[in-house]
This record gives sequence, structure tokens and C-alpha cells, in this order.
Amino acid sequence: MNGLTSNEVGFFKNAEDLASRIPDGALLALPPDYSLVAMEVVRALIRRKARNLRLVGVPILGLPADLLIGAGCVAEVETSAVSLGEAGLAPRFTDAVERKSLLVRDATCPAIHCALQAAEKGVPFMPLAGIGGSDLVKERKDWKAQGNVVLIPAIRPDVALFHARWADEAGNVWVGRRRELATVAHASRLSLVSFEEKKPGDMLDDELLAPGVISSIYVSGLAHAPRGAWPLGMPGLYGADDLHVSQYARAARTHEGFLKYLDEWILTPRKSSSPA
Amino acid sequence: MDSYAPEELLACVIARLLDGARHAAVGASSPIPAAGCFLRKSVDPAFRVSLQQRRESNPFTEGSRELFDLAGQGRIDVFFLGGAQIDGEGAINLVRAEGRRFPGSFGSAYMYGVVPRTILFREEHSRRTLVPKVEFVSARGTPAALLTGKALFSWQADKRRFRLESVHRGHTVQDIGENTGFNYDVSPACAETLRPSADELQAIRNKVRPEIAANYPEFAARVWSGK
Repeated sequence: MNGLTSNEVGFFKNAEDLASRIPDGALLALPPDYSLVAMEVVRALIRRKARNLRLVGVPILGLPADLLIGAGCVAEVETSAVSLGEAGLAPRFTDAVERKSLLVRDATCPAIHCALQAAEKGVPFMPLAGIGGSDLVKERKDWKAQGNVVLIPAIRPDVALFHARWADEAGNVWVGRRRELATVAHASRLSLVSFEEKKPGDMLDDELLAPGVISSIYVSGLAHAPRGAWPLGMPGLYGADDLHVSQYARAARTHEGFLKYLDEWILTPRKSSSPA
Repeated sequence: MDSYAPEELLACVIARLLDGARHAAVGASSPIPAAGCFLRKSVDPAFRVSLQQRRESNPFTEGSRELFDLAGQGRIDVFFLGGAQIDGEGAINLVRAEGRRFPGSFGSAYMYGVVPRTILFREEHSRRTLVPKVEFVSARGTPAALLTGKALFSWQADKRRFRLESVHRGHTVQDIGENTGFNYDVSPACAETLRPSADELQAIRNKVRPEIAANYPEFAARVWSGK
């Protein structure tokens, strides 16, 4: 994809440049709002008018999905939920589904995790117990009920996109306790990662940092994006901007309000950077 | 005690439902269940509360995958589930109803089946939310109880049917009948839900509030702004 192979880590100029590596139509895996979202790259995807993205929520989606859906970048989503948490329903997602302009493949969280674990192991499916009573099993023709378990086929995203606290000169990234991001990185063909700060050397040489590292084996592209998770948080560095997220939730209740938000916070470069 | 917020009463009811439990996990957007858990912890320090979306000091180092693996192994005793619709069979719907779309099933399809004590919780108590039959079954299981903003129901496993146990202050048994879309039994001992004691309220405001404010700031500001 775009000439990248998994043995080269490209340091790209900025979030725009990283976003240009995500082709239209890509199967794009995103973390939930509490787990290191590359928001600046998501805004860059909107600015470059990405189209027909197929989002995978790992295991749920929030603000980035709602923005991408509202901006017309998304053809379908596979997820266990789309929600803005305390700020309520994801308004553009809800509207798009009710108007039947978005295809949703409803899942349940552990099924998404199983599907990615199957992909990281290179096996075609993974069994999951406990979900037999759900209508999801009837609706998902690709899930096969067998005795007490349901066989969940592997999901192999084209791109995993997330944000990291650090990247180093060797192309490794540090995500700390959000090690579930390693699973999605392992399962995806490419991982594109924005980061807060660059560290000299190789974090895998540091016994204390190494457990929170995703190795450069999985990382295809990196871009420096300070405060790049805003208005979501980067634990230990900055918290989520709850006020901004609830302002978005209110604005995006109408299409007009959403367009105004896009214009003010995403499409106009001068205003699009986060407050210091 | 007369002066308490409805949310504080609900947290007390939840804490009482946790008697004997060792470990409760709390999923997305559940400040009242979380408050009930921290209240329980204030009288039983060994009780473990795992907030899946805890912002600082998150207990999971492998995200929600770890939560579901823990549950699958039987290491979680209690979980909380809500629903856009809840029916008289205890099934919940988090996906779609009456042409409207809701967020989605989250981990409910799995947790309801594997966690031994599932407490159903929904503040809104109306014929819109408590229905004879859900339009979509996100999850089905054996609930331990159903708590709403108006009442507490227990679950009768033999009859697979709810039973009204108590009604919160300001509501009546007749009220509950008018606002519940499914059929249920009424306990002969049905009375007003026990109000928060002075000790419970003190624990909520001193020990529980800081935990909730750190993770559900909007909720905390709404409930405790004047206190």
C-alpha cells in the first residue's frame, strides 16, 4: 500500500502527510476515545476529503468516527458501539444510520477482540463462548454458531491508526498501559502512528520502557503531532477536554451545526490547532 | 435523612445489592453503578471495583480485552447492564427501536452470559423503556435485579419473571403499574425503598464523590454541585 513495506518506518512531515498514506476505501481500525486516538490525523483525513473508509471500532468508536461519518468519509463501520460517553449519543452516526446512509455491522466487544487475535495469530477464526442468546449471532451471517461457541472470523485491517506518547529513532512507539493497541497493530497490515515527543535511541534497550512499546516491526509510518489526541486525552500528559467534546455533541445535533463545527475547528487551519 | 439526590438513593440500593460480592466491573457511562460500587467498598475495603474506563490508574493493562477475559474466567462477580429497551424476560436492547438507532451492544452480549450477578439498571422507568418484548436482543441472561429511577425488581428464576420489591420515595405501586410495559408480580412485602442512612450519605459525599468526579465529571457536577 503506497509503496510501504513493513520493514521501513517512515517519519513523515506531519499529520497531513500521515493521513495521505490512508487510501480511500481502506479498512481502518480505530481505538475507543479513552485509548490514544490520533485525532490530528483524523482531522487531516477530513481535510483531504477521504472517502469510503470502512471503520473498525476496537472494540467501540467515538468522536473520530462521528466526525468522519459526518464529513462523508465513511461507507461502513464494524463496531460494538458508537458513543460519545458522558456527552451522550454520537449524533452524526445516529443520524446517518437512521437515514440509512451508513452500513453498520454490529458486533460485541469480545468478538472484535477475538477477530483481531485471530488475525495476529494468522488463523481464520477464533471461538467465543457466552454470546449465544444475542440476536447479533442471527444477524451476523459471517459468525458461525457451533455448540456452545461462536466462531468469529479474523479481521485484518488495512491500517491501524493511533497516537503514542513517544516514538524513538528506531521507529518504535510507546503506548504504556494501552497494550491492547499492540493487538490491533499486530493484526493490521500497516500501523500509522502520530506521537507527542521523539526520544533519542531505542526504547527497547530500556527494561522499564520496553513493556509499553510496540516494536517498529509493526509500524509503517510516524508523524510528530503534539497534543495530537486533543480533544481526547493522553494520560499522564493531558486530560480529555470534556467541555469541548460536549460542545461538539451539542453542535453536531444538526447537520448545519456540524458543518459550522467542521469549518471552525477542522477546515480552517488557523483555528484547527488545539489550545496550548 | 430527607435531603438526598435521587442518584444518591440509587447508589445506596446498588451498594446493598452487592452484599457478598468480591469483584464488580463497571462499563461505559455508568456513574450511578460506579457510585454504588465505591459505596460498597467504603464498608468492605476488600471489595474490588474495576472501572473499565478509569482515566488515571486504570486497572487494565490490556484494555477491555482483559476485562472480557477476566469475566470469561469467572473472576468478575458483578456487572451492570442497561438498555434502550428492557423486557419482562430480562432481555436488553442497545441497538435499535422504533426507527431509532442507539449506540450498540458493547460487551453486553457476552457479559450477561458469563458474569454470575448481572444488575440491570435504567434510570428512565417508562413504557418506552420497559417493554413486553425488545425489538432486538443485544443480550439475554439471568438478571440479579432490575433497578430503575422509580423502583427495584427482583428476578424469579423459576417463573422467569420480575417481582416488584420496593418503590422509591415519591412513587406508588400504582405509578409503577402505569409506567411498566411488561407484566410482573408484586412482593407481599413491597414497601418504600429504604432511604439512605446518615452514614451512607456521609460515605457517598466524602469517599465516593472524589472517585466519581475523577471519572464522570459532568455527572458529579450535576449531582453534587450544591452540596
